[in-house]
Amino acid sequence: MNNILVLPMLIPLLTGFVLFFLRPSIRAQKIVSILSLLSLVAVSTNILFRIREDGIIRLDFGGWQPPFGILFVGDSFSALMVLTASVVSTLIITYAFTATERRMENMFFYPFAFFLVAGVNGSFLTGDMFNLFVCFEVMLLASYVLITLGGGKVRLAESMKYVAINVVASWFFLVALAFLYGTVGTLNMAHVSVRVAEAGQGPLLSAIAIVFLVVFALKAGLFLYFWLPGSYSSPPGPIAALMAALLTKVGVYAMFRTFTLMFYHDDFILGTIIGTMAVLTIIGGCLGAVAYTDIRQIASYNVIIAVGFMILGLAVFNEQAFKGSVFYLIHDMVIKGILFLIVGAMVYLTGKTKITEMSGLIRNYPALGWLLFLTTLGLAGIPPLSGFIGKMYVGLGAVEGGDYFLLFVGFASSLVVLYSMLRIFMNCFWGETIINREDQRLLPTRRLIPIALLGVLVVAIGVGAQALEPFVSDAARVMANPELYIDAVLGEVES
Amino acid sequence: MKENDVILRTVTRVVVFIILTFGVELFLSGHHNPGGGFVGGLVLSSALVLLYVVFDIETVHQGVPFDFRKIAAFGAMVSLLSGTGAAVLGKPFLTQGFGYFDLPIFGLTELATVTIFEAGVALTVIGTVVTIILSISKDV
Repeated sequence: MNNILVLPMLIPLLTGFVLFFLRPSIRAQKIVSILSLLSLVAVSTNILFRIREDGIIRLDFGGWQPPFGILFVGDSFSALMVLTASVVSTLIITYAFTATERRMENMFFYPFAFFLVAGVNGSFLTGDMFNLFVCFEVMLLASYVLITLGGGKVRLAESMKYVAINVVASWFFLVALAFLYGTVGTLNMAHVSVRVAEAGQGPLLSAIAIVFLVVFALKAGLFLYFWLPGSYSSPPGPIAALMAALLTKVGVYAMFRTFTLMFYHDDFILGTIIGTMAVLTIIGGCLGAVAYTDIRQIASYNVIIAVGFMILGLAVFNEQAFKGSVFYLIHDMVIKGILFLIVGAMVYLTGKTKITEMSGLIRNYPALGWLLFLTTLGLAGIPPLSGFIGKMYVGLGAVEGGDYFLLFVGFASSLVVLYSMLRIFMNCFWGETIINREDQRLLPTRRLIPIALLGVLVVAIGVGAQALEPFVSDAARVMANPELYIDAVLGEVES
Repeated sequence: MKENDVILRTVTRVVVFIILTFGVELFLSGHHNPGGGFVGGLVLSSALVLLYVVFDIETVHQGVPFDFRKIAAFGAMVSLLSGTGAAVLGKPFLTQGFGYFDLPIFGLTELATVTIFEAGVALTVIGTVVTIILSISKDV
């Protein structure tokens, strides 16, 4: 019995409902939130170690055996994602305690943040395509609320775009699911994989695979990222951080699941289409990151570059590269969380958004400045920090697979990332101080602590990569050998 | 509303109860036949919406003084907890049970835990539909 698997989704959902009734007391809301987040982290850690001991575990809802019932499957990949997502959302929500306006706290900010986390964790754990769609929707509906909450002209305009694009993408998702069910007669991921392998990935199944690719590309911001910079730069810090840290990563995760478990037979889709999309994403993201002067836009384009980089690992398609991508996914959730929190804090503190309008902040807010510097190094992949190990493994994988062009693009993007981030750092933190010490807005310590903890994580993931390595290799091994996943899900049923 | 809608009001007073009964019937029949919490909830909420359309919001609120957002949250929570019960007893999450009981008036009756789940669904639907209608009506 593995009921523990449902807890990463159940805890945030229940917390969300309880917070609904605690609306009058913000204080009670915060206490319940903290307790629930801490238990979420504890449960996720427990799942990760459980998988280490018992191998892939699954939970059949209501006791309905696969392929008939809906199930949650926990392998190292999903457990690592759930753990990272839980830790990062804990820190971001803790930051939100100190940074959210009363008005928004009254408008059910926290319940929807929890629903978002529930949807994200559910998407990571589910072993059923339709359930993946449902979890995506839970997550997206919560994000619609969070992005529009509080209003304002720019935000409403951007959120209209965001909602429209996601509704269209969800419709495509549904169409793809219908086609898939019509073709292979099942939506259980492992079962789909078996049937696709039996039937061979012919033109029809490849077309379905491409529809899925488009859907997840829209959600993850792979090549179809035009909606992303606007919608990620309009909401306030904590919300933007939650979205940047979690939402696109779910899309990337779904893409890895779909193309390593189910549709891994067609080299043209994997190598050529996905590879080209990844390269174009990186190039487009780099152009944006260099071109804009709005710090929120620069941060958003950095999200896009990272998505492209992770998908490079999928395009290379070998175990080393998967390992790199998993490391990079973990790193990226943490680093995007801290980046958007810092950027949000800078906008809040100065009231300005352009790098040309800020300068000399290091004198006013030294801690924030150094944390941004740490983030810059982490994003660029400087060795002791978290970005390095992922980049290294993707690079090793690319060399092994002989994809030197992808290797070049991926590593050249690091330089652009470094440049774009240093531009923020040098323009905003160096130079003449624009704010008098007397006039400066206070940055309370309790607001700095969550950011600093994320900074600690950036270092810890880099330095402690050795400790993470067994889990990550296990995740990559399952991706490279889909039969392990299939056996764990369908094994008992067939025998 | 100042229109002369005596007919509408009179009919509504009767029809609302027919709709409510039909909603409950749909909800209960859903266990073995077409119906269930979602449809039942929709029908039940249509009765409430009809009341809101015919009488004004304040009048209905005097009779039905609930915060429908809370009803929606409560319903979803009931559904969720009905699944958790199984987990506490060591069965997979969302496992449902049923049994036959000899009840005083109803005779031999089948009681199933899935009804609790469905009741949660119905409450969520009612809460959501009424909340949507009320928020739209406020903007006009």
